[in-house]
Parts: sequence; C-alpha cells; structure tokens
Amino acid sequence: MRPNAAFRNDARAKVTGRATYADDISIAGMLHAAPVYADYVSARDLVVDASEALASPGCVRVITAADVPGTACYGQIEKDYPIFCSGRVRSYGDVCALVVAETRSAAKAAAALVKVAATPVKPVLTIDEALEPGAPVVPSYGDTNVVTHHRLRHGDPDPVFEACELVLEEEFTTQAIEHAYMEPETAVCVPRSDGVVEVYGSMQHPFSTRRFVAALLGEPLSNVEVYTIAVGGGFGGKDDTAAAVCARAALAARLTGRPVKLRYDREWSFRESYKRHPYRMRYKVGVSSEGRVLAVRATMHADSGAYLSVTPWVTWRSTAQCFGPYVVDDIHADVYGVATNNVFTGAMRGFGAPQVNFAVEQLMDMAAHELKIHPLGMRRINMVKQDSVTVTGQRLDGHVVSMEDVMNRVVHEIGYRKKYEHCSFGKPAAEGSDELYGIGLAISYRGASLGAEGMDFCSCIINGQYDGSILLETGIHENGQGAESAMTLILADELGVDLGRVRYKRSSTSSIPDSGTTVATRGTVMGGSAVVVAAGQYRDLLSRHLADRLRCRPEDVTFHDDKIWGLNYEYSLTWEEAMRELFLQRVTPYAFGTFQAPPVSWDDTTGQGDAYFTYVYSCQAVELTVDRKTGKIRLLNVVAGHDIGKAVNRALLLGQVYGGVTQGVGMALMEDFAYEDGRPACENFDKYLLPRATDLPEMTGVIIENRDPNSLTGAKGIGEPALELIAPAIANAVFNATGVRCRDLPIRLRPEDLA
Amino acid sequence: MNQITINGAPYGVADDDLELSLLEYLRERRFLTGTKNGCERGLCGSCTVIVDGKALRSCRTPVEKAIGKSVVTIEGMEGPGGEPHPIQKAFMDAGAIQCGFCTPGMVMSAYALLLRDPDPSRDEIRKALKGNLCRCTGYQQIVDAVSLAAKVMREQALPVEAGCLRKR
Repeated sequence: MRPNAAFRNDARAKVTGRATYADDISIAGMLHAAPVYADYVSARDLVVDASEALASPGCVRVITAADVPGTACYGQIEKDYPIFCSGRVRSYGDVCALVVAETRSAAKAAAALVKVAATPVKPVLTIDEALEPGAPVVPSYGDTNVVTHHRLRHGDPDPVFEACELVLEEEFTTQAIEHAYMEPETAVCVPRSDGVVEVYGSMQHPFSTRRFVAALLGEPLSNVEVYTIAVGGGFGGKDDTAAAVCARAALAARLTGRPVKLRYDREWSFRESYKRHPYRMRYKVGVSSEGRVLAVRATMHADSGAYLSVTPWVTWRSTAQCFGPYVVDDIHADVYGVATNNVFTGAMRGFGAPQVNFAVEQLMDMAAHELKIHPLGMRRINMVKQDSVTVTGQRLDGHVVSMEDVMNRVVHEIGYRKKYEHCSFGKPAAEGSDELYGIGLAISYRGASLGAEGMDFCSCIINGQYDGSILLETGIHENGQGAESAMTLILADELGVDLGRVRYKRSSTSSIPDSGTTVATRGTVMGGSAVVVAAGQYRDLLSRHLADRLRCRPEDVTFHDDKIWGLNYEYSLTWEEAMRELFLQRVTPYAFGTFQAPPVSWDDTTGQGDAYFTYVYSCQAVELTVDRKTGKIRLLNVVAGHDIGKAVNRALLLGQVYGGVTQGVGMALMEDFAYEDGRPACENFDKYLLPRATDLPEMTGVIIENRDPNSLTGAKGIGEPALELIAPAIANAVFNATGVRCRDLPIRLRPEDLA
Repeated sequence: MNQITINGAPYGVADDDLELSLLEYLRERRFLTGTKNGCERGLCGSCTVIVDGKALRSCRTPVEKAIGKSVVTIEGMEGPGGEPHPIQKAFMDAGAIQCGFCTPGMVMSAYALLLRDPDPSRDEIRKALKGNLCRCTGYQQIVDAVSLAAKVMREQALPVEAGCLRKR
C-alpha cells in the first residue's frame, strides 16, 4: 500500500472535466422535465389544472399523482413522502406535477402555466406549535405530531441531583442546514428495449433510489437499473429527494417511451430537498465538587418537518450518544421527533450527533468554569476509558478506547495548555485593542456504521480476468469521498498486486446485491471488510489451483510483489501465468464475499444495549479572535485529531477531515436555513452562506491509528466524525475569548453582547 | 458572422444562440460539459472559464459578450500531447479532488491567478479562489495544489499558458 500517495481512480477525469455527471449526459430524442410546486405551505383539496401548460409549445405531457401506476408516496421508514402530492399539501417543497417537454426551456415555460388551487390549512411552523394541544396534525399516518420518541434509562438521576455540588440547567438550539452539494439533483432515465428503465442520477444511494423508482412505477426492482456515475457531493443529502427526482424522471421515461432528463435548478434544490434536523435540547446536569458528572436528564426535540424520512434513526443516534463520550451512572434521556410544515429533515453528515455535541461539549466547559476546574481535567475525569460502561450500558472492551490519547495528541499539537492561559475572557490583552482571543476544544466518540439502527452487511465481487487484470466491485457507492479508490487500495494490498492491476468496475444495482446505503461512516469499514472477505476467498481459490505449479501445499502459497509465490520463494508465477493456468484448468477466477457487521443490540424501552460495534474517537481544537466592536469572529487555527483505526488513503483521509471541519465551521458561524411563514428564506448561495476559502484558517489533521479488531482492514471511518465537534469547540473558544456563552446556532455575536 | 474562439479553435455563433449564456452555449451547443452549472446566479464559481486571460463566470456572461474573444475552458488545459497542465497535475497530486464538481472552476480560477502572479502566497491563493465554492475539501488541499503548481512551474520553467494556446 502507498499510504502517502493521493490515489483516486477518477482524479484525471475530474481534473480535465471529462468525468460524466448526470447533467453531462445527452441522448438522442431526450425530453426534458421540470417540476411544478403546489405552492402552499399547508393546504387541502389541491386541484391541479394543466390545460394551458399542455397547449404550450413543445409540451409533451404533464404528469400528476393520477398518472402514477405504483405508489405516489414513498419513504425509507414510513411511506409518507409524496413523490407527487395530491389533495393535501404539507410543505412548501411539495411537488404536484412534472412537465415533460422537448426542451428544458419549454418545460420550464409550461410548468409556469400549470395552475394550482387549494384550501389553506393553518400551518404548524415550530416545535412548540406542533406540541400545542389541538394543533393541526401534520403526518398522514397517526394522530399526533410526535412522530418518534426514544428513551434512555440508565440508573436514576433524580435522587442524585440533590447531592451534587453544581446543577446546570441549560437549553441549546441548533438550526436547519442545507447540504449544499455543488451539483444540484439531476436524473437521466432511459427506457431500454428489454423493458428495464435505466437511471443515471445524482444520488448517493443506488439501492434506495431503485426502491423509490420501482415503487412509483409499480414495477419489480429488477425492472430498474440504477448506474453509478460521478456525483457532485451528497453528505447524506442525496437520498429521499434525489431518489424522488430519479423516480419522476423514470416515470416520465416510462410514460413517454423516450429518455428524459430532469435537472434541478439550485432554487428547486433548496426549496425541496431535506435539511439537517434543528434541535432544541434541555439538559439538567449534576456535577460533584471534583468535577464528576453524577446525573443527567436530557430532553430533546428534533424538527422532522413534514415527512418522517429517517427521523427515527437520526434521533436514535442522538439518544445513544446523548451525553458525548462520558461515563454517567445516572442518566435519563427522552428524544422526540416532531412533525411540522417545514421542509422535511433527514440524513446529513453527522446524523443527530453534531447537535448533541454542541450542547454536551459546552456543558462540560460550563461546569468546569463554574467549579474552577480545567476543561481538560473535567473531560479527563469523565471520559470513557478502556472497559468503561457507556450510558447505554455497553462495555467498551472490543477495541482500543483511545479518547484520552486522542485528546492529548490534539492538546499537544495546538499547545492548548499554554494558550488557554492567554484567553481574554472579555478583556482585551493589550490596552486600546478590541481584539479578544480564545482557544477551545471539544471531544467526541462516534459509533461507526449503522449500529443497532439497521441491518448492516455489504458484499464484494472480485472478477479476475484471464490476462491477469482484476475487476473489483462492492456495494459501496462513490459519492466523491473516494470510496472506489479506498476499495482498490485495500484489494491491491490484500492480493499483493500493483494498483494498476485492479480496475474498480462501474457498478449498477443489477450487478451486485443490495449492500445498504453508503451512509453512517460505513463505507470504509463495511466495504473494506467485504473486500477482505472476498480477497481471502479469491486467494484460497488461487492457492488450491496453483499449489501444484508452485510445488507446495495450498496453505504455503503467498501473494506479494505482484506475484504469486510458493514456499521459500523458490517458485513463483506472474499473474498472467497464474491466470493462464486457471484457464487451462477451466477454473473461473471469481470470488463473492459478504461481510456482516459484528452483533449489536438495543432495548427500545430502556435505551440500553451494545449500540455500535466500534467507535471513532475525536478531538478538535480551534483558536480564534473576536472583534469586540463588531462581534466578528476570525478563525486562526484548527487542529483535528481522529482515531480512525487505520489510514487507507492518507491524503483523502485528510481531505475528509478538512472538509468535515469546514462544514462544521459553516454550521457554527454562517449557515442558517431559516423560514418565513413556512417558506424558505434562502433560495441560493446569495443568502445561504457557505464557508469560502478566505473564511478558513490553515488546518492540521492528526491521524491516530489503533487498528480496530472489528474491521477486517483495521480501518473505521472519518466522514462524520470530522464534522460533529468543531461547532462546540468554536463556541467554547468564543466563550474563552469573550465570556459570552452562545447556546444557539449559528453563533452570532452582537457588539452589545460584548460591551 | 459572430466568431468566438474556444480553446484555440474558431466557431461561428448562430444569431439565435446569441441570447444564451456562455455556459449554456459551451455545454449545450459545443458539448463542452466540463464547465459546470452549480447555481446559475454567479455565486458558486463552478462555471468559471477564461475569457481573454481573465476568469469569468460563464453563467452570467452572455455569449454575445464573448464574440471576438478567446475563451479557454477546462477542456483546453491539457497539453498538445494530452498531458495534464501542471495545475491539473498538482490537483491530482495534492489530493485536492473529492466530488470533482467544483474542480474545473477551481482549476480555471487558479489558472487566471497564475497567469498574473507566478508566485502567490497562500493568502493570495485563498483570495483568488474566494469566488469558487467547494463543499467537500475545506479548500486546504486546493490551496496546496495551486501553491505546488506555481512552484513546479517556476522551478521547471514551464509555461503557464493552457495547452490549447500552445498547440497553435
């Protein structure tokens, strides 16, 4: 393996503009589609009149729910998300029709001519409004706006609070976040002569997309083939909505018999795509005089918006990780998902953890400050260590619990101890200066992969070719993170071959079994482990059939230096020779391997169990200044340390760290997907502000490697840990600079706060 | 005839096409799909191309404004033998690529910078890339790449000019 090379199988294509994204595909006879929005936040008795649109030049067809052969509503858990809405409108993002025309401009012109009318229903716009007795019920199923409730019962905190030196009662809120992948949702769907509909989409989960498409078409999964093409970012955000975009285009292709492209404008993407859940979190935390957290009661409400999507899973992670990487013997938590008429919320990188960490990591600093204990000491006393029992009752004995080491490494790298002494706490260091300085940090542990949230397995196909080249395929999807490159590196390492021998095969849903979605930081751990399983089978097959030629027993055959070796390196075969030998033996050089995640467990009534089979340990620290006159925050330095098990592709790993931190910086300081009466206040990047190159300091990634025994490669993952803790680190640094505690995201300091 | 030079080759623009944006013209008339459409409002920089040596957002540039001018797109960056431009090579080497959607625009903005300043500081690079949004990388390895490209071109005395301009 070449740990320091920036290996990407798609780098050349992407840097020359040749990589094909969905919008880059053109097919002869292709039609273009555009969505029509119902244009209400909440309404009933929706009537869609397409007569004028149908008469406009170039318009081929207008599709509504009435044309759907399958089910117009679908979803990953509850089938409540309307791919085409009818009758009831539940959010401003609801789509009621799709206009199909000869050109994109004709489709957009006709879409503007579709008339919608409905009877408005009083919208439910906040968590409080949704919880009010007698509030209009948003969900199509059930009779309450509380759509999910997870409990965690570990000990009994109430009697313990009295004996605590310090009891903090605090409320924190976080905002809705737009994923803002650079490529808006797009789909090109092609009806094939054998009856299959081909889907080329900007989506991050081919198998999930296939379920949406098949459901809308009312056809079996085998009738839909979703191909992997270049995807311009996902971050958890290209599931439900992106799949609905593919499904609409597929239905249009089915109904017209022609290829159809549906390319989203940024405005449509903002309006319709699901967001990160806003949270309101109330914590009561009891701490002893020595700084030990003795009791915690947490109540959280997450805004699920109009549709359920994966709210039960997002809030489950918030439950399992409800007090960060700390041991608390007496803790109760209740986490609710609440339906409103806001645009629905769903998966986003971090998945219920960044919100909780924003609260918990500030609470630790707040308690330390009150008790005059060093924030590092406060964490050290309470953090999980080897064989600790977590708040879910899980004993951490199956892997190296490196929380303290990770924190120490980051503290050392940034020089936290000395710099902490120089924090301003509201008083500028120099006379006449308005600059306040602060350093802050946060730590986290993150359950890798799905945990007890879902079925967790993944498969891999190794298809050896008779010329010695090797085709590799896994059920993990390339979203831009470099999954295919990581899988390629792992296989090359497992077979001891040159990288150039392995070709990652372009995958489709018809060519490999459903391996779940590429989410939850599970790509490297699950896909990589599947590669190891398949590679083991492949080596066994080759060993059996080549042992005679290598004059040794099958168990003595080894694979390295791009050759296959017998005992004591006396005999060897090149891969070309080996494959020739297999061909002459009429043996197919092929292996199919599946990796099943180690067991996890969960009791829904108590919130106790082995939530995850392993954890990633992280610490991020940040230095910043605050201008006392303006409140402007400037980041000076970021250090991010993560125990990811093993680095497979170091440059890409660092890229995940820097990118995750940057998304976290956006969450902390800039981004806010706000609403005005249920309508999104931002529709493009002029009002929704993302971090730009000038908003960021130089960052340092610290990679800590404790090979994980639960992962066959030793690697865990990095995608989500990188994002989930810079916001509280920044909030802590802001406090250390200004003495002002920011409990709401995004952090906004007004000059009057600092006076 | 409305003539436009794209990557060193002349094209006639039909009168009906003059109202298109340069982005639409490049993608839909010339099938140069390397230039990306991220927001269509001149906010994300994915559509950045070079017009007479300057970086412009092609989504906000009417094709009419580019008549008589020389446009370089990402497809014009490679050398006469198909070798990547040093900026492109540096993006590959520095790990500056993730989803790749912003990459063409980033390369073009970096190219415009290095045309006018062969030795920019990291801060100057960040300023030059300010108009280009990236949601994946956190920009750090992109800054590394531009810095590396500048160094390689200076040390090996390589021409900054895009490959398509050196062919002719």
